[in-house]
Amino acid sequence: MSASTATETKRLPARSEASFTEGLRPGWITVAGKEIADHVLSIRFYVLLVVLGIAALIPIYFASDRLRSLAQDVSGAPAIFLGLFTIGPDADLGPITFTVQAFIAIAAPLLGVAFSFDSVNGERHEGTLPRLLSQPIHRDDVINGKFAAGLAVISIGLTAILLIIAGFGMLRLGITPTFQEVIRLIGWLAITILYVSLWLAFGLLLSVVIRRAATSALVGFGVWLFVAIPIAGPLLASLLGGFLASGATTAAEAYGTLQWVQRILPGQLYAEASAAILRPGVTTVSYSDIYGGQEPPLLTTQLGFDQSLLLVWPHLVILFALTIGCFALAYARFMRQEVRA
Amino acid sequence: MTASPPPNAGTGADDGATGETRSNAASASSAPASERRVPRKGRVRERERAPIEDLGAPIITRRLTKRYDDLVAVDALDLEVHAGEIFGLLGQNGAGKTTTILMLLGLTEPTAGGARVVGLDPSRRPLEVKRRVGYLPDNVGFYDSMTGRENLRYTARLNGLFGRDAEARIAEVLDQVGMTDRADTRTDTYSRGMLQRLGIADALVKGPSVLILDEPTTAIDPIGVVEILDMLRGLVRDRGLAVLLSSHLLAQVQSVCDRVGIFAAGKLIGVGTVPELADRFGGGSARIEVGFEGLAPSDMKSTTGLLGSIQDVAQVDAPARPMDPFGLVVKPGIPAGPVREAILQASVAKGLRLSSIREVVPSLDDIYRIALQARGLGHREVAA
Repeated sequence: MSASTATETKRLPARSEASFTEGLRPGWITVAGKEIADHVLSIRFYVLLVVLGIAALIPIYFASDRLRSLAQDVSGAPAIFLGLFTIGPDADLGPITFTVQAFIAIAAPLLGVAFSFDSVNGERHEGTLPRLLSQPIHRDDVINGKFAAGLAVISIGLTAILLIIAGFGMLRLGITPTFQEVIRLIGWLAITILYVSLWLAFGLLLSVVIRRAATSALVGFGVWLFVAIPIAGPLLASLLGGFLASGATTAAEAYGTLQWVQRILPGQLYAEASAAILRPGVTTVSYSDIYGGQEPPLLTTQLGFDQSLLLVWPHLVILFALTIGCFALAYARFMRQEVRA
Repeated sequence: MTASPPPNAGTGADDGATGETRSNAASASSAPASERRVPRKGRVRERERAPIEDLGAPIITRRLTKRYDDLVAVDALDLEVHAGEIFGLLGQNGAGKTTTILMLLGLTEPTAGGARVVGLDPSRRPLEVKRRVGYLPDNVGFYDSMTGRENLRYTARLNGLFGRDAEARIAEVLDQVGMTDRADTRTDTYSRGMLQRLGIADALVKGPSVLILDEPTTAIDPIGVVEILDMLRGLVRDRGLAVLLSSHLLAQVQSVCDRVGIFAAGKLIGVGTVPELADRFGGGSARIEVGFEGLAPSDMKSTTGLLGSIQDVAQVDAPARPMDPFGLVVKPGIPAGPVREAILQASVAKGLRLSSIREVVPSLDDIYRIALQARGLGHREVAA
């Protein structure tokens, strides 16, 4: 029998790897396609829409009156269109300012985690992971596809909300964006998507490391609470900074440590980056202590988009590095994990 | 075991012609770039030292070994499964069955030794192997929010099947497993047996030449088990598949397997057909059961004596109640046939009314127990 098959093989030498995997497209695309379909049909997606809708509509409701009067006063002033995203209500409503910018800063990380905290351990729990991995795909196709799908869905949601707000501004308030403002808006969207992908990668890491989806959701929520909320973020920074700077002898040294801590807290990084991109008047970052917690007096100078970008370029690099770091960690762990529970 | 020529013998025997050259040049340049994502220098070298001769069998393992720290899960396993046969890998939980299967699929790296599945090394070319091998995992799961058909469609896509081809294939396998009626309801409404059947359909969607089933009958009611095993028989008959199934429920799969391998503590301690194993592990003595009708309790002793006096009968176990059969052990090496004849004649001569006489084939459970004892592996030791 082996002789006959051997001769047969000689007659069919071309039956090699190519024919076995013929017609296969990259596995991550198929995985991502299925995940996107899952996301869009899931309750999660509707929560995303509601949360982003609230993030957009409430501040706009507060802002529109003020913006209308402002628009009349400063007609022709630069960046009035971006006021849609940065201007809150007249009255001081506490530490969280009711601006689109602030709402997105809170909601985006939560959505990132919500779309990925159960991506791997959920498959494990359902018993679908061995079945999925026994299909002709590479193991990393699973994790890449899931990341791509989460990113795609959230990006589409964010873009849609941004466009709705912009449309509202143009139709109801009658303000139109300048070219610079459009560029700044696109830049801000890109930065926000980068920030979301950091949280998505973090959620993915949790889903790989933690076996129970409920636990990883709780951990993700806890981290979000301390890192992404505007009240808790600086608190954590000063706590950590104070702890690390306990040996510091001068105030300047202590402040240096605090600033260093702030430079790696993603919430702080994103807040500063989006402030600089959305407000051409912001000419400096990390003002919190220099001005005793007050915003610095806005200079009449308006930065160009390239100058603003330059101002926050280090922020973006660190955000990107953190994202890559989280994803790489999740990737490496997943590749080494046993298929069985 | 005569294996019918597999429909895709050419693909399976791929390695046969090139076996020698592969051992020399395999790692050099023949592997496609996509397969070289993870460098495995050390392991490749180890496997090259022992090239695997291709015998035309779809599944071959040679000294396949997997160690977890100090635990040896699979210990130098040599195994062959031919096309057109159902091979049962039988053993207790934790005997190393699932680990073996995962290595055959390239989902776990062997520590030493190697395997050829459809003529390919699963740890070096996992994609091609997985394209040709259908796998039903232990405790198979499906995406709850999707219907059975949608789940299969996803699998088809992952295997490069789209559109009308895929739909036709899906309809065909659903029909084969008898799930057409429920295919369009969500899988969270399925019973365990239905999930299992859908799992087999899922393994068949890609049109495999090898089917690997991990515990296909666990947690299914007895009727469901019979249905699934019948279905498997039909599939092997119709498609000439090679089937490797693992189970710890020996009695259930006994009837369906052409050959079985008894697996304990990572070692294969016996391979063959069930009668072959019975010969080997049954102590070499045939057992015969004899039942009598209308036997008075007072006649028990004399009947026992009568049966004991028959030539070549080594031992007679009298039953507790007269209506139950007597158990006879034939002397080692003596076939049961002539002894049966003698029993028949003796009973007639004494005017006893025979109600039954049959040779007892030891069940797989018996064989398993005996084989373990023969290897000095008690139940406890294996479980540990």
